[in-house]
Amino acid sequence: MTGFRLDRGGLIDRTAPLDFIFDGKAFTGFAGDTLASALIANDVHLMGRSFKYHRPRGVISAGSSEPNALVELREGARKEANTRATMIELYDGLVARSQNRWPSLGFDIGALNSLASAMFVAGFYYKTFMWPKSFWEKIYEPIIRKAAGLGTASKEADPDKYEKAYAHCDFLVVGSGPTGLMAALTAARSGARVILADESAALGGSLLNENEEIGGMSGYAWAMAGIAELSAMPNVIVMPRTTIFGWYDGNIFGAVERVNDHVLEPSPYEPRQRYWRIMAKRAVMATGAEERPIVFGGNDVPGVMTAGALRTYANRYAAAAGKSVVVFTNNNSGYHTARDMKTHGVHVEVIIDSRKESAADSSGIPVIRGGAIVNVRGGKRVSGVELADHRMVPCDAVAMSGGWSPIVNLMCHRGAKPKWDERIASFVPPDVGGGFVAAGSAAGRMLLSECLADGARAGTLKGKTPSIPKCRDEAFAVTPLWWVKESTGKAFVDYQNDSTAKDLPLAAQEGYRDIELAKRYTTAGMATDQGKLGNVNAIAILAEATGRSMDQVGTTTFRPYYTPVSFGALAGPFVGRHFQPVRKTPLHDWADELGAVFVETGLWMRSSWFPQEGEDWLSSASREVLATRQRVGLCDVSTLGKIDVQGKDAAEFLNRLYCNTFSTLDVGKARYGLMLREDGIVFDDGTTSRLAPDHFLMTTTTANAARVMSHMEFCHQAHWPELDVQYVSVTEQWAQMAIAGPKARATLQKIVDKVTLDDTGFPYLVAKEISILGGMTARLFRISFSGEHAYELAVPADYGNLVARAIMQAGEEFGIAPYGIEALSIMRIEKGHVAGGELNGTTTAADLGLGKMMSSKKDYIGRMMAAREGLTDKNRQCVVGIRPFDVADKIRSGSHILKKDDAPSMAADQGYVSSVAWSPMLNMWLGLALLSNGRERHGEVVKIFDGVRNIHMFGVICDPMHYDRENKKLHA
Amino acid sequence: MLVKCPHCGTRPVEEFTFNGDASVQRPASNDPKSMDQWFDYVYLRDNPKGRFDEYAHHSSGCRAWLVVTRDTQSHEIFNVVTARDYAKKRVAP
Ligand SMILES: [Zn+2]
Repeated sequence: MTGFRLDRGGLIDRTAPLDFIFDGKAFTGFAGDTLASALIANDVHLMGRSFKYHRPRGVISAGSSEPNALVELREGARKEANTRATMIELYDGLVARSQNRWPSLGFDIGALNSLASAMFVAGFYYKTFMWPKSFWEKIYEPIIRKAAGLGTASKEADPDKYEKAYAHCDFLVVGSGPTGLMAALTAARSGARVILADESAALGGSLLNENEEIGGMSGYAWAMAGIAELSAMPNVIVMPRTTIFGWYDGNIFGAVERVNDHVLEPSPYEPRQRYWRIMAKRAVMATGAEERPIVFGGNDVPGVMTAGALRTYANRYAAAAGKSVVVFTNNNSGYHTARDMKTHGVHVEVIIDSRKESAADSSGIPVIRGGAIVNVRGGKRVSGVELADHRMVPCDAVAMSGGWSPIVNLMCHRGAKPKWDERIASFVPPDVGGGFVAAGSAAGRMLLSECLADGARAGTLKGKTPSIPKCRDEAFAVTPLWWVKESTGKAFVDYQNDSTAKDLPLAAQEGYRDIELAKRYTTAGMATDQGKLGNVNAIAILAEATGRSMDQVGTTTFRPYYTPVSFGALAGPFVGRHFQPVRKTPLHDWADELGAVFVETGLWMRSSWFPQEGEDWLSSASREVLATRQRVGLCDVSTLGKIDVQGKDAAEFLNRLYCNTFSTLDVGKARYGLMLREDGIVFDDGTTSRLAPDHFLMTTTTANAARVMSHMEFCHQAHWPELDVQYVSVTEQWAQMAIAGPKARATLQKIVDKVTLDDTGFPYLVAKEISILGGMTARLFRISFSGEHAYELAVPADYGNLVARAIMQAGEEFGIAPYGIEALSIMRIEKGHVAGGELNGTTTAADLGLGKMMSSKKDYIGRMMAAREGLTDKNRQCVVGIRPFDVADKIRSGSHILKKDDAPSMAADQGYVSSVAWSPMLNMWLGLALLSNGRERHGEVVKIFDGVRNIHMFGVICDPMHYDRENKKLHA
Repeated sequence: MLVKCPHCGTRPVEEFTFNGDASVQRPASNDPKSMDQWFDYVYLRDNPKGRFDEYAHHSSGCRAWLVVTRDTQSHEIFNVVTARDYAKKRVAP
């Protein structure tokens, strides 16, 4: 043995040395190493500092349960915090850094916390927060914040890609140890579509770590043959580096495949990780078992690890965790480690077996029966152990085994609780039905032959269960020892949270007897490892302290994710521009050419204003209003929802959807419609045109387009399936533009074919299919939102830009200007038309001044509820116009309205300002408001109170229609 | 979770929008005396443990409204029919 790397054996490739850097220092490992095994082979045991006491820590495990050896992997934008050194595959050029230490791993200021550990006892968060506030904020919190915490995130954007994928299978096998392999082989040989997933880079599970014998060959050779067979089968998908992190309704499993975490940089055409959703007809949990630590003094000193981990490092990675080992065990597993280490030529000082009697084979190594370690000597590395009988044994590594816990997590993700099994002193998985079964050591089977038989049974989806290959079994027996009470040093239950054995009885004593409460009070079982190693010990100590059984105390709730999942994997490709689609209107290019500023409304990009040199939004919008009201303007209104409704019962359907009547609408005419919710509140509005007796074209507001469509589908299918009607959204099929202003008619006349746009041929509210520009299909509606003589013209979407340009050209001689939704909004407020600020989910038709639209001659959605007392009360807030008393004042949306002489407070609130605009026509700020009994209060002087800015002014209530109240311009 | 749409086959639950108890029926009468029925219909919903008929819109699929019969505890789905068929059947007796 040169250093701590064994001369022979292991699954490492000694011909492939890999250089890596840990904490700025260069090391070399081999292909097949993990970061942890390579560090151990380099005699580096100090890999991190604990969270609370900043105690020096080394690896405890050789797998995903690792609580201590958490490192920051990679640098710069690819830096990833809290990665487990035990799961990081070594690659050439790997850079990692230990966490949770300041200023350096060897010398850490926070370790002083250990001296002040009295203040960190169970419930320290709760207790310290009760200290005098000034004391906490100024002194303790800044220090603790600086010294505590796990790794830090990179603040740069993640340069790598992530994917999401779906898979379906007959049989999902979680874990590729002897049980999983046997299950997968059995199912696959019968023709089933099988997915075999394992969190490790190499398949084989415990067969990679142990010296077993199966079918006359080594366990490793048997595993490799099985994996080769599975990999060659077309009905099998083998997924290494894939953690099944959760079990969900419908036998769906969540998984993360670490596609490229084991290379320096992912290929540009591959993701770093892939997030899978696996739909399995049946699944087997062959996740194996986790070895438990024993709770004794100094059980966290670097060099102390589980017995299984110690022999895994030696057997699989050819890395000796020490040159002189002491084994401390309460079951036969410790002997296994002692024998394996002896075979590797590592000196085993003594096996300390807490049991008085044991039949396990010690292979000539001295055994102390009925013994216990009370303290481990050494700071950053084990130097010896003190025994209960005051003996001192020098050593540089301690292997501990407190028994084995089946890894039951997945099976408990949907609420079922595991059960205590006295025979193996462990919780075993619950029975959750045939779709998902546990097998092998995950089901509490401790013999290899049982695991193989269990796997074969689970994998038998049809026919007879095949016989299993012969194998060598090692007898298992355990007598629980949870906590060495004579411990003189700190005895840790949860390493990551620094919870000690004494914290749990203290929690119970202070009333936190429930395991869920004790968890939160002591923090045992929290953080990135979720207590994978410590939970059962914590439960046992709490059970003893409270005189209850293990079943009575029970476990805390198991939830996904089994191990941490990166945000990158969860987000998948849906980041940046891919987070949500961008909807551009058919007039987008036209508006863009004219310098439009776009605003996002939902997914839509809408042209908001069209600034000229030196204009801000308000001066631009004001100019656009003046141009429209004095000459002619063109506005993109394509985002309005458009729904084509056809069928014999189309009119009847609309009658039932809208509060007003559509069956009386003449063909070729448009009508404003108001739709209520079933509770009587206004839902949406828009104009609907009748193109033929059985053909209507509805419009909806931009915001509600999708909701109205779903509502129609619901009403038709669930309420009135007898109606003969069909409808489809045509929002994206038509470009729609408003042409408004005194010169709108003259402008349009130049592009329409044949039609004469006068008041006889095309009066107000006419809606007709026409042709324009020498044969292009179009629909022309004489309707107005601006209050001007106006039209809306719809053309097939692909012609939108072309037609808009043609209209601009036609209107050039009249001084046409494009206008955006800011100008549109100003004009609708000037005209008192209600929109989003008023159609806000609290107003009735009557509140909006549209009560007369509600028909009493038919049933419609919302009719009955709209008649309720509370919705017809005369003191309800209804829409009014509002202006500042002093026209120089600016009213702000959201301000509240008080009686003139009331003090500026919300106590006497009368309503609020729902929409405001600077009116270029009236040269002042004006708005619409919802005011209690408002229709009776036109002319009243009120106080406008802006509590946010703490200002108030006087205002005057008026008719909502601020401009052109006679509608002269509309009909001009 | 997977939902078997009568039109589209077995699809992931994310394609569906759920909309509560399907067993309540919109009253037919506009008589003010029927107000209590209307209040029940608009506002009153049971929250049963076990078998439950609920509306589901295949909003990212064929856009049919469906009635999904599900166990609210285990999320096992027993049956899926179109809301149209559900409504027609309900009117019959
Ligand atoms: Zn469907």
